[in-house]
Amino acid sequence: MGQAVDVHRLHFAFTVTFHYIFPQLTMGLALLLVYLKTKALRTGDEHYHRAARFWARIFGINFALGVVTGIPMEFQFGTNWATFSKAAGGVIGQTLAMEGVFSFFLESSFLGLFLFGESKLGRVGHWAAAFLVFLGSWLSGYLIVATDAWMQHPAGYRIGADGAIELSSFWSLLLNKWALWQYAHTMLGAVQTGCFVMAGVGAFYLLTKRDEVYGRTFVRGGVLVGTVAAILQLFPTGDMQGKLVAYNQQSTLAAMEGLFESQAGAPLAILGQPDVEKRKLDNPLEVPNMLSFLTYRQWRANIKGLSDFPQTEWPDQIPLLYYGYHVMVGLGTIFIAVMVLASLLEWRGKLYDSRWMLWLLMLCVPLPYIANTAGWMTAELGRQPWLIYGLMRTASGISPRVAAGNAWFTLIGFMGMYTVLAMLWLFLIYREIQLGPEPSEHLQKDHAAVLAAD
Amino acid sequence: MGTIWFWLVAIMIAIYVLLDGFDLGAGAIHLLVAKTDEERRQVLASIGPVWDGNEVWLIAAGGTLYFAFPTLYASAFSGFYLPLMIVLWLLILRGASIEFRNHIKSAVWHPFWDFLFCASSLLLAVFLGTALGNVVRGVPLDASGYFFEPLWTNFRLGDETGILDWYTILVGVLALLALMMHGGLWVQMKTSGEVNARAARLAGRAWWGVVVLTALVTAFTFRIQQQVRENFTTWPWGLAFPLVAVAGIAGVIFELRKHDECKAFFASCAYLTGMLTSVVFGVYPMVLPARNPVYFLTVATAKAGDYGLKIGLSWWILGIILAAGYFAYVYRSFEGKVVVDKESHRYGD
Ligand code: HDD
Ligand code: HEM
Ligand code: HEM
Repeated sequence: MGQAVDVHRLHFAFTVTFHYIFPQLTMGLALLLVYLKTKALRTGDEHYHRAARFWARIFGINFALGVVTGIPMEFQFGTNWATFSKAAGGVIGQTLAMEGVFSFFLESSFLGLFLFGESKLGRVGHWAAAFLVFLGSWLSGYLIVATDAWMQHPAGYRIGADGAIELSSFWSLLLNKWALWQYAHTMLGAVQTGCFVMAGVGAFYLLTKRDEVYGRTFVRGGVLVGTVAAILQLFPTGDMQGKLVAYNQQSTLAAMEGLFESQAGAPLAILGQPDVEKRKLDNPLEVPNMLSFLTYRQWRANIKGLSDFPQTEWPDQIPLLYYGYHVMVGLGTIFIAVMVLASLLEWRGKLYDSRWMLWLLMLCVPLPYIANTAGWMTAELGRQPWLIYGLMRTASGISPRVAAGNAWFTLIGFMGMYTVLAMLWLFLIYREIQLGPEPSEHLQKDHAAVLAAD
Repeated sequence: MGTIWFWLVAIMIAIYVLLDGFDLGAGAIHLLVAKTDEERRQVLASIGPVWDGNEVWLIAAGGTLYFAFPTLYASAFSGFYLPLMIVLWLLILRGASIEFRNHIKSAVWHPFWDFLFCASSLLLAVFLGTALGNVVRGVPLDASGYFFEPLWTNFRLGDETGILDWYTILVGVLALLALMMHGGLWVQMKTSGEVNARAARLAGRAWWGVVVLTALVTAFTFRIQQQVRENFTTWPWGLAFPLVAVAGIAGVIFELRKHDECKAFFASCAYLTGMLTSVVFGVYPMVLPARNPVYFLTVATAKAGDYGLKIGLSWWILGIILAAGYFAYVYRSFEGKVVVDKESHRYGD
């Protein structure tokens, strides 16, 4: 880990992984807030207004953390990846700048109005503010995913006279096929986080027998939306992501699946540990022919194994990549099972009384975070050893003058600062959940003073 | 194309300084103008709904710089690695202190975040000024097109410069005083009672410092950066920019004496705009001057491909019109003095 490139990679990976903890909930909750506000508008029921206000408070805390951890991301392209930025800034800078200009202005302007302006805006106005916040955050998701997708699958560029990569087609960059599928899949991941958090908090209220009216609303909303998202996550979006990798990044697919030798009728590994040195999968549990079928819809299709590629083309962290991918898919399968089961119970009218299911929903809250992180690990580690797939190696993208020691110093600084932020985040969110959706009740108690601010 | 984008990025940075400048300034004077908890809530409320939007101008300007001048972005951001990381940490601390302060009422929690808010705002103002000072003075670029500046060396303007030397520190202090004045005028405009009076007094005092330092820094700049001298002698009409600054700074004290709070704030905006545009005019066509003049970066060498810049112009214009619309709307609905009473609480239900 002494080499500068490794430290820069770790630096970026750590900060972006931490950042993504927050936007996934922001984007998921933004959709659910629109759902609650729409219900409130339709039914005119104060209950939904209060429910929305409760989630808006949690949204506000989470958003603040997303903002403060997002700003370092924008800078790091220049500070840590200068050669990459110099070469590719004319292309990926487009989408990054558009994110600032189109979505961050929108989000930050209307979030304030959404959080503080309910009495001023009126019902329809407040619904509109919620919708604009949703729009801003989802647009931001698209533009950043399009940036990443270009690194996975460059489109709409040409190499200029001085070797710099220039934009040649704006729309190919913006409507990159990879970006569209990656976006759909990523957003569904975010929606699942939102749903599990909402259902989990609802389950917590039902299990502790407080605010039960709200508990039911939260569990129902989370489970209904979550079921749809869980299924779409696997099919068609996850399936399609897999196909894109199979067609465009063949060595990545082999590493993700732990397939060392080329095979006709390649099996799908459910379990097993890749042993890179011996070039085999230890203790495999496999479904015969399945991988060939899933990728090419033919049982006997030939899939290239890692041995078919020179080792310099292999991703450098094969076990991590393999585990990341399997954790994501494994959890995805579990989510479908949990959500479908909960929906069935809801349909039979038994959901709110089945304690085991409520326990399960509550304990599932961390899992979508793990799945999302594992998914990004798959995508980013799978792209290796390329920084821009097929165009630029990761090792040649770093800042030439920033020594490993400096990057270590700032990485450790971020680690310390983020540890404190994470504790604050957990503490403040836990407090909001404790305070509950009926602050007026608590206002009589000494908590009143807490809310009396601004 | 390159020149257009040069000015557009400059305008975005100027808007950032005008807008985030007042909330940074408000932070820097927070502990001086507000003593009781209620007074401090007044200061925070005066920037609460807008600070994040203001900060987005920094992000948007950064992004725009990235795609319009990738070479400059890469060189400057990696060269200023350490100070930029410090700026990022300060931005994190500051954002956290604004957002988290009011969640818990306690004799420890509030003062802690108040102090952090004040300290981080203050240091940010100094660092941003220092950064500007570095750009004007020139950085140790070499044939590779990159550099790496340590935080400080011997505080002299030799070949081995650090981020901090006597000149850049001077610019940093000027930035701090100017933003304290700017923030003071904003707080004065948005508040009433004791806070209002203290903010006005403080802005008046900071004014003297700003005048003296502006004169000093200007004099030194003409000696240190010969491009500035050249540009103003070749195109004397450029003197209009410093004139705006002079008119602005005179306007500040004039309106402050007349107690026209709103005009005083706008005069301060004019001063900041005049100063920044003078710098931009002074260093053009360089985008990053170098200590060794052979290696400086210009608009032409740092810009991205023309197709991208052209297409960028169309979405940029659309985006900025939209953003201007949101800002107009948000600032309108946030018009007038802030009211902080014991009954009103955070989430408006
Ligand atoms: C709750 C989150 C979640 C869940 C349950 C799943 N995914 Fe996923 N997946 C993501 C969240 C995610 C993600 C975080 O959104 C990623 C990272 C980058 C991206 O494009 O999406 C991702 C990436 C990703 C990739 C890598 C694309 C690449 O290398 O660029 C593939 C092949 C899949 N997914 C396929 C699946 C399949 C077949 C799943 C089966 C259920 C699945 N994902 C569940
Ligand atoms: C969408 C915007 C994103 C962009 C443009 C992006 C870009 C990058 C870059 C430049 C690197 C460093 C170079 C490298 O090692 O390949 C990197 C690495 C990494 N990123 Fe992303 N990333 C994005 C999103 C994410 C997210 C959201 C996550 C996780 C939650 C993530 C996880 C990682 C990881 C784990 C690495 C380290 C991989 C390694 O060690 O090589 N990325 N990414
Ligand atoms: C390298 C990658 C990334 C960069 C440079 C980046 C940059 C930023 C910045 C600067 C902010 C703060 C905006 C503000 O001040 O209002 C932010 C927030 C946000 N980012 Fe990221 N981001 C990255 C990865 C991601 C990814 C992968 C997603 C989603 C797919 C995402 C979604 C969001 C969202 C929704 C917000 C809004 C507020 C919140 O985070 O809660 N970001 N990001």
